[in-house]
Amino acid sequence: MIIRQISVIFFLSLLLVAAGCSSNKTKSETGDGIEDGAPIDAGADSYSSSGLDESGSVILDPLDDLASDLFVRTIYFDYDSANIREDSLLIVREHGKYLSSSPERLVRLEGHADERGTREYNLALGEERAKSVREVLLLEGTREVQVEIVSFGEERPAVDGTDATALQLNRRVEIVY
Amino acid sequence: MKNIHKLIVILALLVSGNAYALLEIEITQGVESAMPVAITPVAGDIPIEAILLESVVFADLHRSGYFSIIDKKKYPQQSVKLDQVDYPKWRNVGIEALLTMTATAAGEGKVRVQFELYNLVRKNRVLGHSVTTNKNQLRKVAHKISDLVFEKLTGIKGAFSTRIAYISEAGSKNGKQYQLQIADADGYSPRTIFSSSKQLLSPAWAPDGRRLAYVSFENDRTEIFVQDLTTGKRSKISSEPGINSAPAWSPDSASIALTLSSGGDPDVYILDVESRKLRKLTNNSGIDTEPAWSPDGRFVYFTSNRSGAPQIYRVSFGGGSPKRMTFKGNYNAAPAVSADGKYLAMVHRNDGGYCIGLFDMERNSFRLLTDGTLDEAPSFAPNGSMIIYSTRHNNSTVLSVISSDGRVRQRLSLQKEKVREPSWSPFRR
Repeated sequence: MIIRQISVIFFLSLLLVAAGCSSNKTKSETGDGIEDGAPIDAGADSYSSSGLDESGSVILDPLDDLASDLFVRTIYFDYDSANIREDSLLIVREHGKYLSSSPERLVRLEGHADERGTREYNLALGEERAKSVREVLLLEGTREVQVEIVSFGEERPAVDGTDATALQLNRRVEIVY
Repeated sequence: MKNIHKLIVILALLVSGNAYALLEIEITQGVESAMPVAITPVAGDIPIEAILLESVVFADLHRSGYFSIIDKKKYPQQSVKLDQVDYPKWRNVGIEALLTMTATAAGEGKVRVQFELYNLVRKNRVLGHSVTTNKNQLRKVAHKISDLVFEKLTGIKGAFSTRIAYISEAGSKNGKQYQLQIADADGYSPRTIFSSSKQLLSPAWAPDGRRLAYVSFENDRTEIFVQDLTTGKRSKISSEPGINSAPAWSPDSASIALTLSSGGDPDVYILDVESRKLRKLTNNSGIDTEPAWSPDGRFVYFTSNRSGAPQIYRVSFGGGSPKRMTFKGNYNAAPAVSADGKYLAMVHRNDGGYCIGLFDMERNSFRLLTDGTLDEAPSFAPNGSMIIYSTRHNNSTVLSVISSDGRVRQRLSLQKEKVREPSWSPFRR
């Protein structure tokens, strides 16, 4: 789901880049821009260097940086635990900092549990996990109104299966922008 | 356990040809100390109905765990006319009760059923009735016979005519369908009362047996609905921020206990059905959920992880500090209370997985009833004699019924769909 969203965003970004290029080209073709009147090549068409048109610029969203911690949107948990693991804490903090600096951004934290244990307890556990993540976000300056919490308990597993790997992949909070 | 024998009774399709009527009954544990009972072949002129009648009654009585239905080969009489029981011969084979039934055509698709129950120890007829019914009501008649026989022989009201509610899940990963269904207590005659592409959870019967409360994800979050089973009308009774789940009706119907997290973390609340007012019953920074009422309505049992792992607690209806009930093991959840208020059934984790455990609150003793890897959602029959729960079987989830003494276990194989979250109805009023 998230991967798909990301790839959609990525694809849209490419479109934007493409649109940016073509609009720049259009502008230079119409001679709109800074022209010093000295053609580089007399044989070429009206080619010219020009400044960046800020209105058509591409702003890279840090959320789309594949190398960024922000690109990690799933936080995994231990069995029957809502404690954020040490290695995940940095990542959650990065999200908190980002949200703090981007107050217009909203995020939904979806808490999940693996299939073991009762469904009602797991519903509660999923919410506790989402709350743990929210707590860190708020500590980093994210505003409460930016964060929505929902628990799906064990009802929406990321993967089917009953082995340890599947169970681990299902004990998670998904950070959905 | 020693005397394990397997009985597979496949019937049904004989009767109606309906696909859903195919049911496999599997009895996986033997009974040694149960009362030996004989059921002679059902006499009459309509063999298909006769087989149906006999099979349903046989399965009901066997499943209860109270009786051992003796092999017909040992019967000194294969058919018994009214009051023509050869008592000395029956006593010689050690059988204590004898049930005889006849099914005869009564015109216009009707069947006349007659049955007699004999006490072979006291050498007298203790029960006898005849009833004329439509063929499609034959199962109901069979369950009614089972109820009467059960009550006569045990002194406990029979619960075979009751129903179960549960959730079924069908479809593939991309297109699932969740259904809230109601079936007879033996798993037959399922009817869908609500269907959704989103998850459903925790069906709970109102004490009058005419309404169900349940949790629906239809709006991509938990909300609690109540559905009237007569009219099909639904009403949303709880949609607070956060979790809305685990509804449980009080015995007097005036309140519904439920789990809300709007106060910051999951706690048990009491919703006054009339005024819609909410009262917070438990207060704890961790998880409190899965409320279950004592039959007198004075206490609410619930699951809490306040000790660090889920255990079962009890709190007065009026509030106050909860008392911890379970100490064995580090995962006890989803309490269900027996009708006499003496037993708690629960999900208990042991080395092998999640099993159903039974805690005797008077004797303060705990025992495991099942040995599954992922047994869930125990629910008592209204007479306390049996417990229904969900269990993993062949990569799917099915419902099983176990006698409360743990001796007899039977899988209810509802077809194809994964089924879970069983809830046993109260007695019909």
